[in-house]
Amino acid sequence: MAHSEHADHAEHDHHGPAHGFIQRWVMATNHKDIGTMYLVFAGLMFLIGGAMALVIRAELWTPGLQFVDPQFFNSMTTMHALVMIFGGMMPAWTGLANWMIPMQVGAPDMALPRLNNFSFWILPFAFLMLLATLFVPGGAPAGGWTIYPPLVVQGGANFPMSMFAIHMMGISSILGAINVIVTIMNMRAPGMTLLRMPMFTWTWLITAYLLILVMPVLAGAVTMVITDHYFGTTFFSAAGGGDPVLYQHIFWFFGHPEVYILILPAFGVVSEIIPTFSRKPLFGYESMVYASASIGFLSFIVWAHHMFTVGMPLAGQMFFMLTTMMIAVPTGVKVFNWSTTMWKGSLTFEPPMLFAIAFLFLFTIGGFSGLMLAITPADFQYHDSYFVVAHFHYVLVPGALFAIIAAVYYWLPKWSGHMYNQTLAKWHFWLSAVFVNVLFFPQHFLGLAGMPRRIPDYATQFADWNAVSSIGAFGFGFAQLLFVWLIISCVRGGEKASDHVWEDTHGLEWELSSPAPYHSWTTPPSDAVILRGTTGH
Amino acid sequence: MKPIHRMAVNLGLVAVGAFGFGFALVPLYNVLCAVTGYGDARALRQISTAQPTQEDETRLVTVEFLAQLPTVGHWEFRPVVRSMQVVPGRLYSAEFIAHNLMDRGATGQAIPNIAPSKVTAFFHKTECFCFTPQHFEAGEQRQMPVRFFVDPALPKYVDRITLSYTFYDTQVTS
Repeated sequence: MAHSEHADHAEHDHHGPAHGFIQRWVMATNHKDIGTMYLVFAGLMFLIGGAMALVIRAELWTPGLQFVDPQFFNSMTTMHALVMIFGGMMPAWTGLANWMIPMQVGAPDMALPRLNNFSFWILPFAFLMLLATLFVPGGAPAGGWTIYPPLVVQGGANFPMSMFAIHMMGISSILGAINVIVTIMNMRAPGMTLLRMPMFTWTWLITAYLLILVMPVLAGAVTMVITDHYFGTTFFSAAGGGDPVLYQHIFWFFGHPEVYILILPAFGVVSEIIPTFSRKPLFGYESMVYASASIGFLSFIVWAHHMFTVGMPLAGQMFFMLTTMMIAVPTGVKVFNWSTTMWKGSLTFEPPMLFAIAFLFLFTIGGFSGLMLAITPADFQYHDSYFVVAHFHYVLVPGALFAIIAAVYYWLPKWSGHMYNQTLAKWHFWLSAVFVNVLFFPQHFLGLAGMPRRIPDYATQFADWNAVSSIGAFGFGFAQLLFVWLIISCVRGGEKASDHVWEDTHGLEWELSSPAPYHSWTTPPSDAVILRGTTGH
Repeated sequence: MKPIHRMAVNLGLVAVGAFGFGFALVPLYNVLCAVTGYGDARALRQISTAQPTQEDETRLVTVEFLAQLPTVGHWEFRPVVRSMQVVPGRLYSAEFIAHNLMDRGATGQAIPNIAPSKVTAFFHKTECFCFTPQHFEAGEQRQMPVRFFVDPALPKYVDRITLSYTFYDTQVTS
């Protein structure tokens, strides 16, 4: 250990991080520095978006209008979604990709480091502009994150700002995705064949392809809304021969692959963590790869299930219902493989494993409610109700967000070189896992009983479950402060982590020292090292 | 060009193509609509710019007006008349009174709701104070018009329509 520390120091002098804030962070080209910035940015956005969620739940705690007026309430639902999706989830995944992909494929860095810097630094400006709409006359956008015309076109001063911000976020993710694909396709160590790649890298590769295919479609939709507003085009204005329903088709052609963009990397993370703590190779590695690719493909042909109620030919309803249900097949393969990986394994329950198991159970609940929503005739009842809110929060919070937390708990010792306080992390887990269900499970009941989404006030019959849900929200929200504190204290110090960190890790990132050296694989790993890493499958 | 850069440029071109594909969905959608009869642009335009045409004097429909406030004390808001008997297809005008009870200027917006909700498609507002935010000076009171007609195609079993407005205080400045 002493020896490797000394070696790190020697390297530090020659190739370590640049000195000075501007040189190191503003002009960053190192994948770890940029990954860190992405993750810190995402963490900040999670806190801001979470505070907005608490405003929503505070208002909904009891019937009637208590704290905010309806206009501001609508701003909160809209901004909460935009901040969480584009500011929290997507940058968090890009940050993890930046940190892990070069380490996992045996590359020294990302393929296009300056592009990498650019795609990160767009984000703070985009979100500064989006959040600034809270202070302009008329307030922040309040027409829903799906920015449906004609409502969105009536927005005040927030309209151009939020539209431009969305364009910038889109450019950032497209550039990030290009970087990921180029890195994976060109920078793999010799011997790291495609079917030896770790699952996280695989799912990110598919995610990156989805990103460059659908983010530009969102940009197109936003551009059309802008030209409708300012240049007199009538893409979505019925008075001029357009059709607002067309907007929904274009938006959801982006929107559905987008939800897989948020969840596919989560599948990758869970596929890495469950084998480690089950001390068994991942069951069905190749079927995992093909299942991810099928989900990616199917995501392009199911979009209209978000809009069954707009009026659609029967054949269209049947098509979108059946293709949607078909997604349950590859997803089922994945859930089966994770369960089978744990079957007869020698399981231990460290914090990352706890979050991964919770993901497995709770994401599956979200998947099942998704299947209910896929049934066209049933969807007419569930549409725009709290059942939909419960569904997508189950796949996004105990789904994608738990996977992000699991990934941080799994790799943080590798990044910082220190082990965090596992007892506190388990407290964080149990508080999160209990409160997230208190928060979202009652929303299923509210939705089935007929409570619509996006309303600041509701009939008194919905009072009890809303109060329960709000208690869950505050419990869950404040439990996350524990996570923030754990990360900060782990980065600042603590018990030294070994190179392999956990007992049975496989993969190239664990062959590097902890903390990982500033440049990952300056000489490509040998075949033997790669094979040792891939005995996991 | 290095292979890495060539690939990055190619992927960039894919993204540009995807941007174009978003626009290609517009004519594609129009073709689909022409084939299936859904989203017929001409019919949509007629609905959105509906004008009263044929009057149906054989029946009368009662239109009731309701005015509601989400909070008590800041505004007064009520219809001038409680209800009207209307001939389908004929243009009518009704007035609502709003009164800003606060000692500062404020902007409100009325959000309409029609009951029974299935009738919404047959109730056309050609002009309405609810289309835009309404600004009131401190203590100002004024009447605001809504012009409407009931579609003669209104199902025969409907003899009563309720038009309800909720007047929200908003920060939107117009």
